[in-house]
Amino acid sequence: MLRLAVLGIALAIAAPAAAQESGQGGAVAAPTHFPIKEPELQRWTFAGPFGNFDQGQLQRGYFVYKEVCSTCHSMRLVAFRNLSQPGGPGFTDAQVKALAETFKIQDGPNDQGEMFERPGRPSDHFPSPYPNPQAAAAALGAAPPDLSMIAKARGIERGPLLTVVDFFTQYQEGGPDYIHALLTGYQDPPPGFNVPPGGHYNPYFNAAAVLAMPPPLTDGAVPYTDGAPQTVDQYARDVSAFLMWAAEPHLVERKRMGMMAIIFLVVFAGLMFATKRKVWSGVAH
Amino acid sequence: MDSHSTYEPKNGAARWLESRLPVLGLVHSSFIAFPTPRNLNYWWNFGAILTFMLAVQIITGIVLAMHYTPNAALALDSTESIMRDVNYGWLLRYLHANGASLFFFAVYIHIFRGMFYGSYKAPREVLWIIGVLIFLVMMATAFMGYVLPWGQMSFWAATVITNLFSAIPIVGTTVTTWLWGGFSVDNATLNRFFSLHYLLPFVIAGLVMLHIWALHVPGNGNPTGVNVKSKDDTVPFHPYYTIKDVFGLSVFLILFAWIVFYIPNFLGHPDNYVAADPLKTPAHIVPEWYFLPFYAILRSIPNKLLGVIALFGSIAILLFLPWLDTSRIRSAVYRPIYRQFFWIFVIVTIGLGYLGSQPPEGIYVIIGRILTVYYFLHFLVILPVIGIVEKPKPLPASISEAVLAKNGHAPAVAGAK
Ligand code: HEC
Ligand code: HEM
Repeated sequence: MLRLAVLGIALAIAAPAAAQESGQGGAVAAPTHFPIKEPELQRWTFAGPFGNFDQGQLQRGYFVYKEVCSTCHSMRLVAFRNLSQPGGPGFTDAQVKALAETFKIQDGPNDQGEMFERPGRPSDHFPSPYPNPQAAAAALGAAPPDLSMIAKARGIERGPLLTVVDFFTQYQEGGPDYIHALLTGYQDPPPGFNVPPGGHYNPYFNAAAVLAMPPPLTDGAVPYTDGAPQTVDQYARDVSAFLMWAAEPHLVERKRMGMMAIIFLVVFAGLMFATKRKVWSGVAH
Repeated sequence: MDSHSTYEPKNGAARWLESRLPVLGLVHSSFIAFPTPRNLNYWWNFGAILTFMLAVQIITGIVLAMHYTPNAALALDSTESIMRDVNYGWLLRYLHANGASLFFFAVYIHIFRGMFYGSYKAPREVLWIIGVLIFLVMMATAFMGYVLPWGQMSFWAATVITNLFSAIPIVGTTVTTWLWGGFSVDNATLNRFFSLHYLLPFVIAGLVMLHIWALHVPGNGNPTGVNVKSKDDTVPFHPYYTIKDVFGLSVFLILFAWIVFYIPNFLGHPDNYVAADPLKTPAHIVPEWYFLPFYAILRSIPNKLLGVIALFGSIAILLFLPWLDTSRIRSAVYRPIYRQFFWIFVIVTIGLGYLGSQPPEGIYVIIGRILTVYYFLHFLVILPVIGIVEKPKPLPASISEAVLAKNGHAPAVAGAK
């Protein structure tokens, strides 16, 4: 997670990396370093220079969010209309209108000075399930974070050597890898570990050994209509991809433009180099 | 300085303007006809790159400011809404955020270039000092800019850094309260940081003008460190260095584009996408990478006040470099011993950067102390001593002679005229 990013030069200091690892050994009883287990890296369609979201996956991820996560988590920066924007889940405008209507939105005050509820419109943002974080914390034991930026707000620790490698391989999927690992990572605590009431053991959680979120996914809980497997792993994968889109709705456009920019710059630099050679050809330097 | 101005206005309008305000002649003598050593290598490109990056930061910054809200409750959401809802807002913000990193990357190369080639030596001391002042103002600007999104790292970085001032004896607490505009880092702090973050780049722009003015009195140094002696040693800035700078800049922009378009969050910290929370201290508070060596120096000293003094001292010492280096030879190319200590110094600085990113525990603390001591020894002991004991290699008689020797062929005369 700590990003030592002295660009390429960081290679020079890879050696102390090993020293860092040796500090934390097996100690099961009272782990002091979190997450206890590092997430496994997944394959994502949106990774790398040609990365693109898989529309089917984003749509499935949306349903998982809607059916499961939205009962506890808000996603306040995302509007329903975003769901039909290019580079996203690719719902049609009519579908967006219909799915917005399944949410109740508080509006007002009206002429009488009263707040009222109405069905959602495409321009509305996703509503919060709780009126405020305190109410959520009172009900759930801890306030569930807003999910609009969560895929950028979490990452995984890579150490200095891999950080340098990541620069060249463009690894930017620490967020979705972390979320996938967290959602699939609930397990029985090691013997002798005391799980406090209201806590759930998860070695992938990056702040402690237990968290207040109960395992949200179970096999078959969300019906899929496109034949994708209805397993916890698949749900976790789909909702993680969806949350990456929610955090970076312009990711695809960004990568496309990047390709054009880099091709342009390489050609331009080549031309400038040739011109420079020509200009300097008569002058020893 | 304008003895080489051969500018003659080509049309009536230019003549009219020139006789009233000779700005065209100034531009011509400074950036067209300006005699520049013919042997500058690619390390001399970074001045132009820095000027370009300053312009990028100012332009993207002004547009961002049109959409940004400097309010503790709204700041993070407003930066996110820039990225989601403003046309190409994601591009603007990623350019500006990563532009700061590349600005520092370029300035570090620029400074190390100066140290290697002895660019700070007479008669360029004032030029160097203005450079160090630019570096200081850049650091202040970048620090305050990082606070603006008001994420967790913004808030805690602001808290840690402003708290440094509380180490000042007697008036420390008063000074911090005054800086904060309250009793903790809060909305008032954010507002004043925004105001200053908008102001300081223009201060930098002014300093850059002085920097270039001071450069144009003695003219550029060069890799041999030998003074320009005749017309054969130089070429006019345009087209020779305009084209070389444009080429160097386009290669630099490839790096910039790689980061902005493909890994825009690589240099940042995930915690800065979490809203600032004064009640929740992040597990590790780390500054941006370009502050890490100085952060390591700060943390290496167990006493807070001394740590702060070391932190500022590590930058202030650069101001005295022209006098700490006792050698009369400019370029490390002809200084066999200094050259090795130069590279050790580079590695020590990078090592400090690495340590700054690690928790201050165990072995890291000890290495940090050793490197911190070395950092100061380099300036206070090693440089003065080498200058006296070192036996430099013979210098070439002139730039042209060095160029000839390097190319090993025909006279270096003057396709240049
Ligand atoms: C029963 C309510 C509930 C449901 C349903 C739920 N969560 Fe959570 N979630 C929480 C709570 C409470 C927390 C805060 C945990 C803590 O800090 O201890 C949390 C935390 C998280 C975190 C942050 C973990 C961290 O690193 O801080 C993520 C990511 C997350 N949930 C994702 C999801 C996703 C994706 C879904 C849907 C598949 C989901 N949650 C469904 C209650 C819920
Ligand atoms: C905003 C940041 C800066 C800008 C825009 C800038 C710009 C420039 C330009 C255009 C040049 C001439 C080309 C070159 O030699 O590379 C130059 C030269 C120089 N700069 Fe800077 N500079 C900046 C920061 C600094 C800093 C921080 C230092 C040192 C602490 C510094 C020290 C020097 C020196 C010594 C030279 C003369 C080198 C020579 O020609 O031999 N500059 N600068």
